[in-house]
Amino acid sequence: MSAIEVSGLDVVRGGAQVLHDLSCTVPAGTVTGLLGPSGSGKTTLIRSIVGVQRVAGGEVRVLGEPAGARSLRNRVGYMTQAPSVYGDLTVVENLRFFARVIGAPQAAIGAVVSAVSLDAEADRVVSRLSGGQRARVSLAVALLGDPDLLVLDEPTVGLDPVLRRDLWQLFHALAGGGTTLLVSSHVMDEADRCDTLLLLRGGALLAQGTPAELRTTTRAENLDEAFLRLVERETA
Amino acid sequence: MSVRVTVAVAHRVLAQLRRDPRTLALVLGVPCLLEALLKELFAGQSDVFQHVGAPLLGLFPFVTMFLVTSITMLRERTTGTLERLMTLPLGKLDLLAGYGIAFAVLAAVQAALVSALAFGLLGLDVQGPRWIVALLAVGNAVLGSALGLFLSAFAQTEFQAVQFMPAVVFPQILLCGLFVGRGSMAAWLRWISDALPLTYAYDALAHTAADTFDARFAADVAVIVGAVVVALALGAATLRRRTD
Repeated sequence: MSAIEVSGLDVVRGGAQVLHDLSCTVPAGTVTGLLGPSGSGKTTLIRSIVGVQRVAGGEVRVLGEPAGARSLRNRVGYMTQAPSVYGDLTVVENLRFFARVIGAPQAAIGAVVSAVSLDAEADRVVSRLSGGQRARVSLAVALLGDPDLLVLDEPTVGLDPVLRRDLWQLFHALAGGGTTLLVSSHVMDEADRCDTLLLLRGGALLAQGTPAELRTTTRAENLDEAFLRLVERETA
Repeated sequence: MSVRVTVAVAHRVLAQLRRDPRTLALVLGVPCLLEALLKELFAGQSDVFQHVGAPLLGLFPFVTMFLVTSITMLRERTTGTLERLMTLPLGKLDLLAGYGIAFAVLAAVQAALVSALAFGLLGLDVQGPRWIVALLAVGNAVLGSALGLFLSAFAQTEFQAVQFMPAVVFPQILLCGLFVGRGSMAAWLRWISDALPLTYAYDALAHTAADTFDARFAADVAVIVGAVVVALALGAATLRRRTD
């Protein structure tokens, strides 16, 4: 079963075609990686899925509803690329506000703070935190209310390897509990941590499949090489 | 509309203001200073202070809340928090009403402080009830907030937003009848004055100062309320769930 179905998606921004006739699916209850170089259209695809991107054509269905439908607003957790939290509030004050908006119990706040390992920073003002910590506050907000789908735009940028490993463990634990995760990254070495992959390049889907499938079909040893071979095949 | 979400927004905006004591001190202190300055400036002509003291008291909140709201909302647009909110179960009116309530609370504190100073220490006097002056001040603050929310959509940076103050607020203050009576304005200036909401805010304050609560006063209040509703509706129209 697919949590997200994108068919023939066209997005034009500022006169330039950012996504061209893009179709892909994200299986439910998995961690799906959205990979591609900077400028390949990852963020635009993500914004289309959460329903904040104006689209020129095609269809995006999320959890069986059209993307951006009112009924999805407390079922989808979204983490933007730049930390979208209030810098002048503390970690807990931010979470308290968003929990009220979502209608999540205030008791959930402690759990999401621990999930992103920010217990020690809970009462600190967000603007005083490091970039990586701020990103984790933003991630904690997305986790509020146990959404069925989590759409995370580069959640692990700027994190040390230990935290990165912890977050990927968290993502898989959530997927194990039935949550669907779509996680974007421009770092290929994160691809192996995903159940399935969407490879994006120049606003089009280069390939879709599990990491093992992509290695086998391209006869590449690692995914970086697989990506290169797919690009070569495409341009040949 | 959801009361829970509206209250959450108002609460959050006030919490942000509390975190910024310098802005708070400026918002509350500057109007008091200006009112005292006005009194000293016209020390020799106390009737001038009596004439402009009350209208200025009522118009300060309009100016400050316009500026504070437009910058706060602009930040919401540029930092991505607005985009996140637009994916959540939050109505556009919840957001706007939350802002309006938060800044009305701040305006009430501001109006109370300036009133206490002007009526208590500076010897300002009005013929009508003083609480109506304070109430009109809060109403004007809500009007300023509503206009600020709307106009923040047309600024990409804080520099631009600050420029809306001389562009949008100053002409209204010049043409509202405070400096030159509307009767002695050129006809075309009076037509412009007729179209600006602050004209009615000033007129209501002038009526309160003179204790003439006639139909004209009622019409002034109706126009202020109408302008708030129109500005909020326009503001809601600039909040798009889907953007480029």
